[in-house]
Amino acid sequence: MTTTIGAPLNRIDARLKVTGAARYSAEMPVKNVAHAVLIQSTIANGRIADIDTAAAEQSPGVLLVMTHRNAPKLGGKQKSVQQPGEDYPLLQDDAIHYNGQHIGVLVAETFEAATHAARLVTVRYDEDKSVVRLGQVLDKLAVPQHFRGGARLPDSSRGNPDQEFVAAPVKIDQTYQTPIEHHNPLEPHAVIAVWTGDELVVFHSSQSVAGSHKTIAGHLGISDDKVRTVSHFIGGGFGSKGSTWPHVTIAAMAARIVNRPVKLVLTRRQMYTSNGFRPQTRQHLRLGADRDGRLIALRHDSLSHTASFGEWVEPCGLSTEIMYSCPNLGVSHRVAPTDTGIPTFMRAPGEASGMFALESAMDELAEALAIDPLELRLRNYAEQDEHEKLPWSSKSLKQCYERGAAAFGWNKRERQPGSMRNGDLFVGWGMASATYPMNRSKASATVRLQADGRAIVQCATQDIGTGTYTIIAQVAADAIGLPVERVTVQIGDSNFPEAPVSGGSQTAASVTPAVDAASRDIRKQLVDLATTGSFKGLRSEDLDVVDGAVVVKSDPSRRAEIGTLLAGRDALTATKGAEPGDEKKQFSMHSFGAHFVEVHVDPELGEVRVARYVGAFAAGRVLNAKTARSQIIGGIVYGLGMALTEETDLDHRSGRVLNGNIAEYLVPVHADVPDIEVILIEEQDPHVNPLGVKGMGELPMVGVAGAVANAVFHATGKRIRYLPIRPDKLLRTA
Amino acid sequence: MYPFTYVRGDDRQAAVALAAEPGTEFLAGGTDMLQLLKDEVRRPRRLVEITSLSGMSEISSGPQGLRLGALARMADVADHPAVRDEYPVISQALLASASPQVRNMATIGGNLLQRTRCAYFRDTAMPCNRREPGSGCSAIDGENRLHAVLGGSDHCIATHASDLAVALVACDAVVVVTGPSGEQRIKLEDLHLLPGETPEKETVLQPGDLITAVEVPPLAFARRSLYRKVRDRASFEFALAAAAVALDIDGGTIRQARVALGGVGTKPWRSHEAEKALTGAKLETASFEKAAAAALAAARPLHQNGFKIILAQRTLIRALLTVGA
Ligand SMILES: Cc1cc2nc3c(=O)[nH]c(=O)nc-3n(C[C@H](O)[C@H](O)[C@H](O)COP(=O)(O)OP(=O)(O)OC[C@H]3O[C@@H](n4cnc5c(N)ncnc54)[C@H](O)[C@@H]3O)c2cc1C
Ligand code: SF4
Repeated sequence: MTTTIGAPLNRIDARLKVTGAARYSAEMPVKNVAHAVLIQSTIANGRIADIDTAAAEQSPGVLLVMTHRNAPKLGGKQKSVQQPGEDYPLLQDDAIHYNGQHIGVLVAETFEAATHAARLVTVRYDEDKSVVRLGQVLDKLAVPQHFRGGARLPDSSRGNPDQEFVAAPVKIDQTYQTPIEHHNPLEPHAVIAVWTGDELVVFHSSQSVAGSHKTIAGHLGISDDKVRTVSHFIGGGFGSKGSTWPHVTIAAMAARIVNRPVKLVLTRRQMYTSNGFRPQTRQHLRLGADRDGRLIALRHDSLSHTASFGEWVEPCGLSTEIMYSCPNLGVSHRVAPTDTGIPTFMRAPGEASGMFALESAMDELAEALAIDPLELRLRNYAEQDEHEKLPWSSKSLKQCYERGAAAFGWNKRERQPGSMRNGDLFVGWGMASATYPMNRSKASATVRLQADGRAIVQCATQDIGTGTYTIIAQVAADAIGLPVERVTVQIGDSNFPEAPVSGGSQTAASVTPAVDAASRDIRKQLVDLATTGSFKGLRSEDLDVVDGAVVVKSDPSRRAEIGTLLAGRDALTATKGAEPGDEKKQFSMHSFGAHFVEVHVDPELGEVRVARYVGAFAAGRVLNAKTARSQIIGGIVYGLGMALTEETDLDHRSGRVLNGNIAEYLVPVHADVPDIEVILIEEQDPHVNPLGVKGMGELPMVGVAGAVANAVFHATGKRIRYLPIRPDKLLRTA
Repeated sequence: MYPFTYVRGDDRQAAVALAAEPGTEFLAGGTDMLQLLKDEVRRPRRLVEITSLSGMSEISSGPQGLRLGALARMADVADHPAVRDEYPVISQALLASASPQVRNMATIGGNLLQRTRCAYFRDTAMPCNRREPGSGCSAIDGENRLHAVLGGSDHCIATHASDLAVALVACDAVVVVTGPSGEQRIKLEDLHLLPGETPEKETVLQPGDLITAVEVPPLAFARRSLYRKVRDRASFEFALAAAAVALDIDGGTIRQARVALGGVGTKPWRSHEAEKALTGAKLETASFEKAAAAALAAARPLHQNGFKIILAQRTLIRALLTVGA
């Protein structure tokens, strides 16, 4: 039997995408649509004293100007399903919590008419003082109340880290900082809200159709089953589309009032104030080691900021709990409110930021001890999860180190910083580890096998660009025994069986077991049917499904086509759920990887160019070698942006985002990205889930910034502890 | 975007006459203007599109030097053999600007008149003297890492963003202008104004003045010229600091030099001080260092952009070292 799982199959939706036939949310063919444009605050803190909408209302084509004064009252449930602890501003009152908050929406016949009229609304504010930077609220830090939605503790410790740190013969004691960053998916957030009677269909770019319809229903105070969310194609989300942000509900509110479908697409500038961000962090790392480099004590104390109206914490220290072997370890998280929007999940939230700090500190320790950085990590290799005190379900980090180092040629590295050259440029080689937890949630799927021999899989998951369509088809094809071309995948619709948010790299691990279970059930039904029909007298064990037909194992020339077997029936269907059991009580489940990077630094001008990159990763079973590789490359590029260029500039007085566009918010361009060599190490892990997959979306981004910072240090002897590493920081650092 | 009327100019004089009326502006490639319109930083009542005006796109070179039509595209000028061979500094400055897509649309005239990237200027929610005279400068006490260290005033410190203008000003370029009162030739060095007390006045041009061409006089030693730009990412980004240099070398001595700086001035910054320091000096690092110090002697740092003083000096030294080698 042919297996397609693992094969480097092209995306099954590739043709639709490259021909433009794939419809993204704003492109859904909805008739009679009216266009909405948001009005946002221009101060960070205070109240709306007066809002004058008269000119806008008179403007040609305007159907509605909705502000807190005339917006329908929502009955108080302003929370998001995905982000507990948060109260969204949904035009319910005159309070301003941050600069760029929605304060109104304007609906008109055309986008242009709406855009123009929105500018005619004038607002007078009673402005209060505002604080918008972490550095301004260090006196307001507090223990988080909703850390990880209650799933983890903000503080943890083992042994006696404080005392042992003091006693340690070798110490690193440094603070690392990361700036505000924005996700910047290429496709903007977009909604079309369509009411039919009391039922609402919302087309919107969402990483969680199943969560979204509940959030919207909660906001509107109607029952879940009255709301359907559809999101067939998503042009990236990176966490920004995991929650259902206020503009979605606002579009639905407006559509109900104008009694027409309403389309609302955020502008790029609005995407810097409407859908979360990675908050600024300050991380204090203390590493104490013996003279051989073995960690004796480790503390990772992180600060980040959140909004005044809700708590979201960047969980920087969680990777530290498990990354290295260390008997005395402490982690803490503190948070303080600023007059900013609320932060959110951004690709590897906590891991990407936290591992920048930990992996930089490890490099500083290696330098202090004159030990090779890779050797230092091997000396501190964690043979088990010392936080949970559990064995790993699988861990191939050593192989990642070995194969990555070999491919890179790490053993030719001169240890002394500033000792390698390429012409006048200083060459630096840096490395870092990567880790990401295996997350899995309950999911279900329906499979329908039709008499024409095609299978349709339905599941309320979504493909955020990672390849979910394709891996579902592969898993179903193998489990039923069909050629993959005969599988149609229907996802991105909350009417389908429930699946979790595409976040935490959990989609493959959660959804494919359900698809697999439903598909196996179909296969069984088919075989059972054969034992009562075409192959009466044979037992199920004697039969197999190969290439879309039931065959007799002992004589594969004896085949029965699906159409024949289903004679008279439309289809076979099966709906199955799959969920994690208590396996996490027995095993600790994480993916791991290793980054190796070469940078060239101009020592006088401070220019850093990444010249070479090797990343080796082990994340369980690889479902599709091509989409997995794409995920890894994408993650590394995302990490290069974090390392070298990305930072959201806020005016420190007004909280205004100053570089809210992709000309001035610098994501890497081609010239910033070298060839990236990807090494995938397959693991057989029977414990994580039935398919043995761990998830690939976020892992490769974790550690990139640390590896680059370490390479910059190796090139120049300058340690940059505050991302991004731009020329001015290198110039300022002695 | 504010509503405006749109006129396609197909006759130069008519276009000039239309543009002389209040509230009218030219539209060339639109790569800057469209953004400014969308952000309502500019609110013209009428736009006169000039890309179909004849005789303004040619690129020619001869004994009298180089002539670039104002509508010539950045990409075409960068690739022109005479530009590449005789004025490498111009070609390099263009290739270091924006992206291929932008360069395919954008024109030489539009490039010289592009507005500053100062974020406060481009956000109508923020005070800005240049956009709204008298409203205050948000940058002086605000986020000014990218702002100018040369030529600023208490009213404005916005960096002039063009790379091309820096290369051209080093080459003594002249701008040919047709206006309501006829044709005039303005030295590029005199085209842009320092902000002083009136940052809203960006150039000496009057309403209706149309740039038709840029002329670069013959400069034999421009064959030995170079543009070096330092920026926050490898491509598609404006300069933190840039240097345009040309050296006329006689054995081990510098006979003449041309120096201009980008990314650090409120206008394309010709440095006669650096040129003076280099004239007659030995071709050696010490001379370059003196010139760089002279070029930045008048620099005034703010709280975030002080690094530019050192960076600009080093960029200039690097450019001189490279071109002098
Ligand atoms: C993302 C991005 C990155 C960029 N990076 C760089 C960079 O690194 N370096 C750089 O130098 N530039 C850069 N630019 C700016 C770009 O070079 C300018 O936008 C472009 O040159 C403007 O030319 P245009 O023909 O499109 O002008 P338009 O946008 O059409 O016009 C610009 C201005 O010039 C006026 N104008 C145009 N032509 C004439 C004329 N003939 N006579 C009188 N007035 C005229 C218009 O009225 C308008 O005020 C970048 C732009 C973008 C969008
Ligand atoms: S620097 Fe100039 S352009 Fe920028 S805010 Fe100040 S006045 Fe405006």
